[in-house]
Amino acid sequence: MVTMTEKSIVVDVSELKSRFPRNVMKQPGGEAIQKCFQCAVCVANCPIRAIEAGYNPRRIIKMTLLGMKDRVLSEEFIWLCSVCFLCQERCPQEVRPPEVMNAIKNLAVKEGIIPPAINKLIEAFKENGRLYPIDEFAAEERDYMGLPKLSEKSNFVKKILEK
Amino acid sequence: MKYALFLGCTIPSRALNYELSTRKVAEVLGIELVDLDFGCCGFPLAAVDEIKAFALAAGNLSLAKKHNLPILALCSACAEALTKTETSLAEREDLSKRVNRLLKTRLGLEYRGGVSIKHFARFLYEDFGIDNLKKIIKRPLKGVKIANHYGCHYMRPSEVYQNFDDPLFPVSLDLLVEATGAENTNYKTKMECCGGAIAGMNENIAMKLAETKLDDLSKIEVDAMVVICPFCSIMYDKQQVLISEAEGKNFEIPVLYYPQLLGLALGIEPDELGFDLNATSVEKLLKKIGVEE
Repeated sequence: MVTMTEKSIVVDVSELKSRFPRNVMKQPGGEAIQKCFQCAVCVANCPIRAIEAGYNPRRIIKMTLLGMKDRVLSEEFIWLCSVCFLCQERCPQEVRPPEVMNAIKNLAVKEGIIPPAINKLIEAFKENGRLYPIDEFAAEERDYMGLPKLSEKSNFVKKILEK
Repeated sequence: MKYALFLGCTIPSRALNYELSTRKVAEVLGIELVDLDFGCCGFPLAAVDEIKAFALAAGNLSLAKKHNLPILALCSACAEALTKTETSLAEREDLSKRVNRLLKTRLGLEYRGGVSIKHFARFLYEDFGIDNLKKIIKRPLKGVKIANHYGCHYMRPSEVYQNFDDPLFPVSLDLLVEATGAENTNYKTKMECCGGAIAGMNENIAMKLAETKLDDLSKIEVDAMVVICPFCSIMYDKQQVLISEAEGKNFEIPVLYYPQLLGLALGIEPDELGFDLNATSVEKLLKKIGVEE
């Protein structure tokens, strides 16, 4: 539910970067952000919003379109989308908000603004080539259950992830 | 029928009950599953670098292509990431070029499309067929009340999946559950997200999301919940224990992977379906079905 008490966005014109929305549009997933007409359907059926009132995809999109680059990229909320795609199915403008969030997150990473949890994830992939390693314990368990042996580390993931 | 089994990152170390029950069910259905040296599907890295995520998916797809095998995926996020890559690269020449440039320089590979990807549940629904499943049920699960959890990535985004099921009011899993002889239960929070995708980012919100559904299910009488994604199972089964402790609640809702339920109906013995790895006790359910763990 959108409450009337929600703080309005205070815009400092000097902080606006007109290139920012264009850069988002150049990222895969960000292409359709300009079509957003702020109907807030994405907010109305967002499961994260139902729990965390501060999370508001419509607002993040508006701030992006205005060019509020620094505030958007350092916003914790861009990382809270659970990628459930409910808004994507219901958006009348086919903006694809979860994809837009990804495009914005990609730009944040490029600027070096990476939450610790995401940094941990990247490190895990560089180390193991997968989200969870098939460690000794898992390998033993697999063997005990009669499951086939799988390679412990996936090297091709590492090669893709190298700088 | 021969398929490449795509396990992803989570299943081979954290959802061995899902993997085991799927392999046993596949055996009974006469489906040959081949293990290729697949890596991560790319989904967890889309937030970091979407192009690299596409390249990871395409790398996996090129491996399946090399062996000329269609893919069956068990994790819904993997199914979505791979299917999205297949459709996006086919539709967008610019994207295909960027992804292939990365594939070429890093791995000496190229991917030009042509691999079929299906979630195992979708495969059962679309290809094996509900009627064919019904014909081979040995132990109909009569009187067993199931609460289905579709999750999000199994049938959404609909444009990626070409609407094989309704993105907001899906039916395939309900039909698959009915095929076992069990009964479907409709409930208010049926289409809620498990929160698994943000558990690492914000545990509180993720747990709250999972709790919402468990709360709802504790108000109605169900024998078990059925899931088809390892993240959903982690949130509802493994975390159920933690949520119960933290909130002073006593949910005790068994959470089964669909192949575990189907396996029981096909007459497979429970100890071959990995039930000892389910976090929430399934004892009452097995008793009701008339089998012992």
